[in-house]
Amino acid sequence: MRKWGLFLPEPSSLFDKLWNSHVVTALPGGGALVAIDRVFLHERTGASALNSLAQAGRPVADPARVFAVTDHIVDTRPGRTDKTLMPGGQAFITETRAAANAAGITLFDVNDPDQGIVHVISPELGIVLPGCTLVAPDSHTCTQGAFGALAWGIGSSEAEHAMATGTLRLNKPKSMRVCFFGTLAKGVTPKDMIMTVIARHGAAGGKGHAVEFAGEAVSALDMEGRMTLCNMATEFSAMSGFIAPDAKTFEYLEGRRYAPKGSDWDQAVESWTQLASDTGTAFDTEIKIDAGGITPMVSWGTSPENSVGISGAVPDDAGKRALEYMALDKGQRLAGTSIDAAFIGSCTNSRLSDLRRASALLKGKKIASHVKAICVPGSSRVKREAEAEGIDAIFREAGFEWRESGCSMCFYAGGESFDAGSRVVSTTNRNFESRQGPGVKTHIASPETVVASALAGVIADVRELL
Amino acid sequence: MAKPLTTLTSLPMPLIRDNIDTDQIIPSREMKSTGKTGLTDGLFAGWRYTEIGGRKADLDFVLNDPHYTDSQIILGGTNFGCGSSREHAVWALVEYGFRAIIAPSFAPIFASNCVRNGILPAIIDADAIAIMEKADSPITIDLSTQKIGIDEDQSWTFPIDEEAKAMLIEGLDAIDLSLKMADDIATWQEADRAQRPWIYLGANQ
Repeated sequence: MRKWGLFLPEPSSLFDKLWNSHVVTALPGGGALVAIDRVFLHERTGASALNSLAQAGRPVADPARVFAVTDHIVDTRPGRTDKTLMPGGQAFITETRAAANAAGITLFDVNDPDQGIVHVISPELGIVLPGCTLVAPDSHTCTQGAFGALAWGIGSSEAEHAMATGTLRLNKPKSMRVCFFGTLAKGVTPKDMIMTVIARHGAAGGKGHAVEFAGEAVSALDMEGRMTLCNMATEFSAMSGFIAPDAKTFEYLEGRRYAPKGSDWDQAVESWTQLASDTGTAFDTEIKIDAGGITPMVSWGTSPENSVGISGAVPDDAGKRALEYMALDKGQRLAGTSIDAAFIGSCTNSRLSDLRRASALLKGKKIASHVKAICVPGSSRVKREAEAEGIDAIFREAGFEWRESGCSMCFYAGGESFDAGSRVVSTTNRNFESRQGPGVKTHIASPETVVASALAGVIADVRELL
Repeated sequence: MAKPLTTLTSLPMPLIRDNIDTDQIIPSREMKSTGKTGLTDGLFAGWRYTEIGGRKADLDFVLNDPHYTDSQIILGGTNFGCGSSREHAVWALVEYGFRAIIAPSFAPIFASNCVRNGILPAIIDADAIAIMEKADSPITIDLSTQKIGIDEDQSWTFPIDEEAKAMLIEGLDAIDLSLKMADDIATWQEADRAQRPWIYLGANQ
């Protein structure tokens, strides 16, 4: 059985245990060769990495531990094929398919029942596990740290390195713990927790750190909420975010396709139970946040750090560029600002629990007539399960479009987008300039806030609906 | 394999905005093929052209200023390269001719992508960057001594980890280096497999 703390001083952190248990050997200069347990590719960059490896004559070292999925630019309209709305997008899908087949890795293809956003399906399939290292050429790979894994986003070159060698060459980051004590108020969600961290400490606040999320408000979250929390660790400039696994983690994973079975399962759970920061562990940086003081959040600018509580206003020190782009003024209250569109989806907030909470607020109501609203389930499984509960009907009857799963309009790849310059309230993670389409003004928020805003036709406080 | 970088003298191009994300460095809509080249037209496309998707130069944007045509160095703001992990951002910078970015801080994935492609991400505090911007004269980067200077009186040192430094100076390929450690990796995996058999997936899943 894995002794996570082996060779580690007592007490040690969850991060120390994850890190040390994967160090193959030290490298000259202070770095380490770190073993990588899982690699996940997607069609936006998968073909590039796999073809580059093949051209260099480097085989994938262990294809059974490499996966790929079609999620980034796949069409999300019903009846989809390889054709995409993005000009030239079809080649990304067909070339990734050919390269995945040639390399012998597992691909969850366009209409595979297991298809979905990489960070939604990896947990659904039990591909991510506590105590594992998992990398993907996607910055939101930190989402999967919710399972007590060390999971982080990398570039294409690093993906090639991980596939060819089963390792990465890394320098150990510093450790940070963000501790949420207390209890979340009604209408406040994990999205608001992470947006609060970034608003208070900046989009570079986690630079150079690996971040453990802990405290009673984190333990109280279900696994899907924990994924939302960890998802935006990259927006904090952290290497990754993660949470110590517990009974909820094990319950979620048991029986999943790639999770250990039988005696392996028992042995795995016994070892995973040790994956927590020991009492008295010192962190390089520690942040404490009163969960009870968090309110629903909404962004006003073009960086996730440009966020305030829903009853707040654009701050007086707001940057000129961001204000011009967002067509907002200093001191302007966010609530009441007219919106053109609403989006529920992405690796941040597209799981069944997100859709359940959103639909509970939408049930029997209609969204404002001028609002274009779209819901994109995070995976084909989420879509099926939501439909079995009648959630799709609630969304449709309220005026939302109901889509096939994928990353969809979280970002604009040249295909589908919101109208140029339109104002969108979105459950996604990035409010960058033109992220969701040319000139599109994105306000990121929780699913609850998006629903409240879609119903009102203006940015709205969900607590008034509760 | 990246081109070795030892010393570099160039007029730096100032683009001092905080949180310049990789969507701005190269928008997703400009990543039109599965290759790693043909990306220069997409570099900073959202800021560089008068219209989204257009190709008419916005003369107010610094990349279009003829004064900086030959710049190989960018002066940036904090958290440079945040956002998407797309290595296309770095491939586009390399293809355009940039070899170094000087900023108060970098997003981690971007910094790693830079090193893998022969671009130096040099961390220098914002005050020094402001002096370089104001001087608007060529600066010299010496990677071996980790120094950036305008002249003998005005120079600054920057941190870089030893491995990144060696990779950049020698233009090394990281995969080649790690493949030489195949025996170490095999030994580690054999021991690990005994402890965590569930990590090593078979064909029977």
